[in-house]
Parts: sequence; structure tokens; C-alpha cells
Amino acid sequence: MTGPVMEVELFRSESAAGALLRRIERLLKRAGATADEPVALMEVCGTHTVAISRFGLRSLLPDSLRLLSGPGCPVCVTPLIEIDRSIAAAETPGTIVATFGDMMRVPGSRSSLESARTDGADIRIVYSPMDSLQIARGNPGHEVVFLGVGFETTSPTIAATVLAAEREGLGNFSILPFFKTVPAALDMLAAIPDRPLDGFICPGHVSVIIGAEAYESVARNRNMPCVVVGFEPLDILSGIEALLEQVADIRTGEGDARVEVRYKRAVTSVGNVAAQELLRKVFEPCDAEWRGIGVIPGSGHDLSERYSDFHARERLSLDVVKPVEQPGCICGEIMLGRRLPTDCPLFGEACTPRRPVGPCMVSTEGSCAAFYKYERNAA
Amino acid sequence: MGNDDRVKLAHGSGGALMHELIENLIVPRLANPILESLDDSAELPDLGGHKLEGGRVAFTTDSYVVQPLFFPGGDIGKLAVAGTVNDLSMKGATPLYLTLGLIIEEGLKLSVLEEIIDSIAEAAEAAGVSIAAGDTKVVEHGAVGGIVINTAGIGVIPDGVSISAVRAQEGDVVILSGTMGDHETAILVAREELRLDEVIESDCACLNGLVETVLRACPDVHVLRDPTRGGLGTTLNEIVSKSGLGITIREADIPVAGKVRAVCSILGYDPIYMANEGKVIVVVARDAADAVLEAMRSHPLGLEATAIGTVGGKPGVYLRTEVGGLRPIVMLEGVQLPRIC
Repeated sequence: MTGPVMEVELFRSESAAGALLRRIERLLKRAGATADEPVALMEVCGTHTVAISRFGLRSLLPDSLRLLSGPGCPVCVTPLIEIDRSIAAAETPGTIVATFGDMMRVPGSRSSLESARTDGADIRIVYSPMDSLQIARGNPGHEVVFLGVGFETTSPTIAATVLAAEREGLGNFSILPFFKTVPAALDMLAAIPDRPLDGFICPGHVSVIIGAEAYESVARNRNMPCVVVGFEPLDILSGIEALLEQVADIRTGEGDARVEVRYKRAVTSVGNVAAQELLRKVFEPCDAEWRGIGVIPGSGHDLSERYSDFHARERLSLDVVKPVEQPGCICGEIMLGRRLPTDCPLFGEACTPRRPVGPCMVSTEGSCAAFYKYERNAA
Repeated sequence: MGNDDRVKLAHGSGGALMHELIENLIVPRLANPILESLDDSAELPDLGGHKLEGGRVAFTTDSYVVQPLFFPGGDIGKLAVAGTVNDLSMKGATPLYLTLGLIIEEGLKLSVLEEIIDSIAEAAEAAGVSIAAGDTKVVEHGAVGGIVINTAGIGVIPDGVSISAVRAQEGDVVILSGTMGDHETAILVAREELRLDEVIESDCACLNGLVETVLRACPDVHVLRDPTRGGLGTTLNEIVSKSGLGITIREADIPVAGKVRAVCSILGYDPIYMANEGKVIVVVARDAADAVLEAMRSHPLGLEATAIGTVGGKPGVYLRTEVGGLRPIVMLEGVQLPRIC
């Protein structure tokens, strides 16, 4: 076996997991948690949601702990109107839309990119935004629009792509930006009155870029425990342990909330300064609409004045009618930590990954999709 | 399905959507008991009244549309032989004859065609099958991505061998012949030109030799399946949906090559759902499992054969994860798509 496998396996040891689970159980008792009044922790990142389900961690954890899935899947929180706009771009003659794969199946108000492609629109899945420049070079007579979806993990690479297009003088490349930023969303979640949350499992990948200090104000001003966590099962259990230590301290009056990093092999306090510089250069903060939640001030990235020429709306007419969400869907409540996917009457019946109704079912990293795939028939 | 619905790429992914298309649209219109068994190959009851002296006839067909045409570990020609040989082998049949249908795009280089036909000849010889009939068509440029190949195959199932998903029994052992995900990962890396330091090779191979070895060790094998499209997860679901039983497998025992695991984890893919073209799932009675494992490990295509789980328990497929959690494995819904963060 090769090196990386050995390393991953170190973070999947059953005996180490057992030891962590025993400590977690003790801490839950110290925090006074019961099945009726559980400690509730929110994993903000979709990759955590999938990892928790994929490794069957819920089946190992006591019922005095509740893990809730936050709005941490960038595809899921992309508003319906932006999906409609992306489809409108794809249906514009002479346009090629380049996108990350998991946008394909997201339903807009009347169709999806996947259906638009079936109907003949030129939509191409790329693995790196830089690949869309290659498409632009190869199709000088077409406008190539890249769908700018993602959190701070993804947006720096798209910023770098815009800079590369500028350097090269590529006149037929633009982006449709729907970028979201994490700290403002966490602050909003932490500020909900009678908040249902006791702590955040902070996203590991995003934190590599923005640094752990980005959560300081949430921890301090909202007294909300924040622990940055990796994606292997032992990372997650260790993060839960760290959060429960803080929760128990807060509940027994022995301490306050703070930011802790349990993913030190990847995350520093300051983060990736070069990537942050790219973001500052190409984008500027904006208010952003999160599907299922609403507008969160300062929680998005738009192209800055200097790079506004690269905005697809400057090149194409993308006026679409404001669509209406389907009634009955409780995705907003799920992303705010108030409900679980299985609480939704549509879950698994009217709403499935193949015919999703709400945002949390659309992407593989959405909480409803993860529940559907991994926990629907859990023993 | 409504009147305006159209065929999507996801209908070809081997998952739930494709099963729906086959079972709701295609099979009912062609209804007959041979087709309805929906096994890897059909078992023909007779040949218009003629009977073989020994054994029964197995018959199958498959089309090959892979892009790129050449990839590490194989090419479309080798795949077209191996895929059909393997479909016959999964009934325990000895493959004998294949047909070869070529749909070639205008503009394909003759040197490329030569290379593909040479590869077909080489694979057929290695598997001990003859190409007995063929057909060639040429279509307009851009219609089929270079070339599409169809092969049909015929073989004989020896007396005493009866292999079918419905024969899985409580207490049976589930054995896997080797690593999961090599083929689809190799294709993905080649198609997307992902730049890696190491080459990932497709496992594309004819399995008839390995199956013969297994049947020599234990003629009463219950189920044989090759986890192609939709991977191990989908194939195990097909087995339980026919037998009505449960299967629990242990994640720690499922062999996955380190580089395959690395590529999958970067893209957010699950190796359990990745296609294989040279691996077999063997379901046998518990008391035969050791002999079958030993026989498989003596064959070059079964060196990493491992018992990964057992038949029994609650209906459905379940996975005991490396850290000891339990989760259900459902049939893949559509194509796996790379994730965004």
C-alpha cells in the first residue's frame, strides 16, 4: 500500500474511536445532557455531513447528542432564481456554460441544467475553473460562462481564473457569481433567539483558507463554542469531544466559549494569506441570498468594480421572473438547526435525490441527500 | 414517466434510473420469461427443440461506448471482449463464440482501427473464444465518438452448475476477487486528463479463467456477479432485490487501491459505486468459502480475493464502517458527480 492510505487509516481506527466515544459519553453527562434535552452541535460543512453519515457515526453516538446539518453546501444554498439565470445563460445561443458537476441536477423553477443539456444546450462539467479558460480559447466565437458557486475554499481558484483570463486578454470568458462566505452565516445562526445550538463543528476546508481566527467574534460575542475539525471519523469524534468540553464548562460555569483547532495538520490561525489576497483583489463582500434562509448581510462575494467586466450579466441578458419555492419544504428550518431531514413530510416520498423539491436534497453534500443515501434505512 | 420526458445520460449509469427504464419501458414490451430473469446472460431452455448432449446454452449481448478509446490497462476492443465473456462467465458458462458489431465514425484513422481489432484478437485468444460473425457500419463524423462496438456471446453452462441471484442463502459468505474502482477511476483520470504522479490502470480482464478455477473448487457456487456500472453497491442491491435477503459487508475488508481511494476522496466519489471490469463477487455456502478463497488466490486475477461479508439479517445491503458504525448501502440514483466545497 502507498503512503496516503496508511495516513488515512490512522484516522479510522476502531479502538481509538471507542476511546473517544467513552470520553464523549462522560462529557455529555457532565453537561447534563439527556435524550430529551440533548446537546446540539451543528456541522456547518456539507463534507462533514456526508462523512458523519458515510462512517455511520450517528449509530455510534449516544442519543443525548444531536448532530444538526447547517447551510454548508454551496449548491444547496444557491437560490432558485440563480439556477434559472444559469439555465437562461445556457439557453442563450452562442453560449457555453461551464460548471462544477453537482450543479447539474439542481432543479430551477422549471428545469435543471441537466435537462437543458438534454434539450441541446451546451453545458460542460469541469473539474477546475481553469478548464473553462481552455474551453474559451477553443471556442473564440462563443461566450463561455463559468458558474461561480462555492465558499471560501473554491472562490480563490475562481479569482485566480479571472486574473488569468485578464492577463491573457480572453474576451469571451465571464462568470456568474453566487459565492457565499461562512463567518457571516455562522454569526446569523448563533444570533437566533432561543437558539437550538450549543456549538459549531467549523468547516475544515474553508478554515484552511480563512484561518481559525475568522470565528473569534462568533465564539466571543455570541459565547458559541467553535472547533475546526477535519473530515476523517477520528477528526470528527475528536472535534465533538472538544466542543463538549466547552459546553460542559459553560454549563457548569467553569469557562467560556472559544475557538479551538482540532485539524492542526491543515489549519492555522491566520489561514492562507495568498488566497485571501486573491479574494480581496477580485471580489468584494456583498449581501447574499441563501436558499431556504433568506438574505444574510455581508455573506457573499461579488466581482469588484475593477473586474465587473467579467460578470456574465455584462455580456448576456439574464432577466428571469422571480420564482416561488414549493410549499411544504422545511429546508430552511433544517439549515437553521431546528429540524432534521426525517422530520419533513416530503422526505423520501415527494422529495428524493432524483426529484428533489428542496435545496438540501439537490446536492450530494446536502443534509437531506446524505440522510437519504446513508441513513434512510439505518438499523 | 410523462410524454415529454427524455432519455438522460443518468439513464445509462447502471443505477436506479436505468433499472426503472429497463423494467418499466423495455422489458414489458418484449415480455418473455427468459428476458425477465434480467441476469447478466440469458439461459436458453432449448434451441428450437434441439438439446445439447450436456449443459445448457448461455447467451448475451453488450455495447461498448467508452471514452477515451485507449486508456491505461485497456482499450475499447479489449473491453468489448472482456465485458461479454464476463457476462457469460457470471452464469458459470464456458464462453465459446462472440459476434462483433462495429459502428465506426467517418474520419477514424485506420491505424487506430487496426490497433483496436488487434486488441480484440489478442483478448479473444487469451479468453479462448472465437469471433464467429461480424458487421461493420460507418456513420457521420461526430455521431459516436470514434467507434462504438457491440458484441454478443454464446457459451455452455456445464451440468451441475446453477448460478443465480435467487440462490443466495442465509449464512452464505460474500467474496470479492480484488480491489474496487480501478476501471472507472482510470477512465475518469484519462478522460479528464487529471495530472497525477502515478498511473491508475483499468482492471479490464476476461474472468472466465478465474470463474473456472472457482467452479473447480466448488461447483455449487450460489451467485456470481461482476460489479460493473454502479459498482459493488449497486450489484449487491441487485442480488438482495432478487433474493429478498440482507447482506452486511465490512468496509475495512473491501480492497481499494491507495491511489484510487485518493482520487475518489478528492472528487467526493465512493469507490463502492465505481465501475469495475475485471472483478467478481462470489456468494458461496460458509463451509465452501475457505476452499473458494484459496482457489481464487491461486489465480492471477484473484490474488487479493477477500471475504467481505455475509448474507443474512434485515433485508437490504448494510456496511459496517471502519470505525464500527453501520449504514445502509442503497442503489446509486444517477451518475456520481464531483462535489464543490
